[in-house]
Amino acid sequence: MPETKKTLISYIKETLLLMVGLPDYDAYVRHRLARHADRPVMSREEFFRERQENRYGANGKTNRCC
Amino acid sequence: MGSQIKKLGWVALSALGGVALGVIALRRGENINAVWLVAAAVCTYLVAFRFYALFIGSRVMGIDPARITPAIRYNDGLDYVPTNRYVLFGHHFAAISGAGPLVGPVLAAQMGYLPGTLWILAGVVLAGAVQDSMVLFISTRRDGRSLGEIIRWEMGPGAGASAMLGIFLIMIILLSVLALVVVKALADSPWGTFTVFATVPIAILMGIYGRFIRPGRVAEMSAIGFVLLMTALVCGRTVSEHPELARLFTFKAEPLALIIIGYGFVAAVLPVWLLLAPRDYLSTFLKIGAVVGLAVGIVIVMPEMKMPAVSRFIDGSGPVFAGSPFPFLFITIACGAVSGFHSLISSGTTPKMLENESQIPFIGYGAMLMESFVAIMAMAAAGVIEPGVYFAMNSSPAVIGADAVRAAAVISSWGFTVTPEMLTGAAKDVGETSILSRTGGAPTLAVGMAYIFSHVLGGKAMMAFWYHFAILFEAMFILTALDAGTRVCRFMLQDMVGAAAPSFRNTRSWANNLTATGSVVAMWGYFLYSGVTDPFGGINTLWPLFGMSNQMLAGIALITCTVVLFKMKRQRYAWVTMAPAAWLVVCTTTAGLEKIFHNNPAIGFLAHARRFSDALAEGEILAPTTSLDQMRRVIFNDHVDAVLTGVFIVVTASLLVHGVLAVRKSLTSDEPTVIEAEEAMEAGLA
Repeated sequence: MPETKKTLISYIKETLLLMVGLPDYDAYVRHRLARHADRPVMSREEFFRERQENRYGANGKTNRCC
Repeated sequence: MGSQIKKLGWVALSALGGVALGVIALRRGENINAVWLVAAAVCTYLVAFRFYALFIGSRVMGIDPARITPAIRYNDGLDYVPTNRYVLFGHHFAAISGAGPLVGPVLAAQMGYLPGTLWILAGVVLAGAVQDSMVLFISTRRDGRSLGEIIRWEMGPGAGASAMLGIFLIMIILLSVLALVVVKALADSPWGTFTVFATVPIAILMGIYGRFIRPGRVAEMSAIGFVLLMTALVCGRTVSEHPELARLFTFKAEPLALIIIGYGFVAAVLPVWLLLAPRDYLSTFLKIGAVVGLAVGIVIVMPEMKMPAVSRFIDGSGPVFAGSPFPFLFITIACGAVSGFHSLISSGTTPKMLENESQIPFIGYGAMLMESFVAIMAMAAAGVIEPGVYFAMNSSPAVIGADAVRAAAVISSWGFTVTPEMLTGAAKDVGETSILSRTGGAPTLAVGMAYIFSHVLGGKAMMAFWYHFAILFEAMFILTALDAGTRVCRFMLQDMVGAAAPSFRNTRSWANNLTATGSVVAMWGYFLYSGVTDPFGGINTLWPLFGMSNQMLAGIALITCTVVLFKMKRQRYAWVTMAPAAWLVVCTTTAGLEKIFHNNPAIGFLAHARRFSDALAEGEILAPTTSLDQMRRVIFNDHVDAVLTGVFIVVTASLLVHGVLAVRKSLTSDEPTVIEAEEAMEAGLA
């Protein structure tokens, strides 16, 4: 799938979402389709929940500073 | 020709930076404009980035743009995602920026704005940004491993274990000092307390919206949250003016501390989607907005600095923190100059999203320069306040008393002329009953921000609104950090105790969750409560502990970077990390030893405890304590603080020894002994 040209707005949106730990969903779908076409892809909602659990989840990682 | 013009541009920029620095350093006897501070900082950053950061990237690290980064090798669309460098810069900056760079400079302003500003600029260029970018580089070369794992990998399990313990203790101190800042800002402030309390139901509402009503719509839920938050802020004024309601939301520091301790426990065991995540969204966006707003505000308003460049308290006798500039100024401003915490972020999510190694200087070094700029703005905001008001807000009641008349007399006797009317007037302007002894930095910064914002929008009538807006924004991201930090500590504790009792590692068990969370909250709660009941204001004691431990972590990270450079056989450039590491170790160890052993009771914990023990033996009650029981508590807390400081020194010393041993071992080999991910994979080690 060819990458569509992104606008400034979409970059800003992507930045703000990544600031709170949510990577680009479309990029995730593109990646899954390209590399693991045979396996299921999370829906946008599942993706959101998975990322949310991961950001604050049980891996003890520090993702913010003083 | 083009390159000639470029060169000329850099010369001009350096010259401008030099002039700006000259103005802030050499003008005496007249107030300078805060814009000079901003100009000096920006020129310094640009020149440092263009020359030093790129030198570090190409020569010291030996960046290889052809090398495949973990984001590309392990791309899973989730953790490992090749990300546009500007987007990643934003992510990284949002992760490293917190309350630290806002508080430290405000406290350091007691010595005048110049010493702090010079340290912020020199520190970030030579130490802070070097650390951030070097750790980012080292972690990227190791599949995005964390600092703890890198230390274990490069210096052995002993070093890894003591680093883990150090990181855990630093987190505890960080959480308690952040909580103390919030308590100090909200005590006796119904307006502030109401709005900050309101963030809890607002966040829960957002959480439910984003979980069930419109799953995953972050923009929508944040917009709703923001509108509700501003409504709460406006209602806060009504609450504070209504006698009955105001009473409901007026708390003294002790009950407020207990509320926050209880809240910290509950918030950390609730599901993340309900409270933590939605508030994280709000606080992140609000933080970025406020920082941008402050930058724009300073440039538009161009306020004059009323604080002198160097105040009389450069001699170390100041009321905000005790001790001479070396080492205490340097540990008071940690974040903004050099913050060890960033080494955890630089070895966290960011290295897993890096598209190309060549972006390391921009993201690692560049984002730290930005963070430093936040510290410079905090310094400017503290400097535009009338010095008399500044000292009234930042001195403990033990020094200036509890009423405006006495406070004004004491502060005027220091040479900062202020009248009781000015103090009550300043309180009225920001919608509070009193501004005396609102220590902790946050309220002072809020007054400075309110001054700047109200000149752009709303005038004096809006000043109280902007003041509480600033308090809200600081309190909100501190509470978010408290919640997330408690969770992180909980997992660290489970991991450490789990080494002895493996069943404790199970993070799904509720018993483990409650025990570990409870222990963590009890630990930071202890320091918070002792800070709140500390007759000398608490910040006085806890902030130096925090700044020192934070910079010890930076020292540890830079020692690790040095070891890696030696192992890579790039030791001819090792001075880049060795020099700041040596400075940090010397500075923090000196500070630590002075905090424990100094003869002046205002500085040394043991001297302080001795003074109280002696008085206790005589049955005498020393001001400002009011009972023998309080005296005993002061003595006990002094001993706890002394032991903790000792542990920090031992951890740093042990890492230094491990580092020296690792360097010596690497010198016995003629070949690079470093194990990076690629070689590890080929050798089947990873």
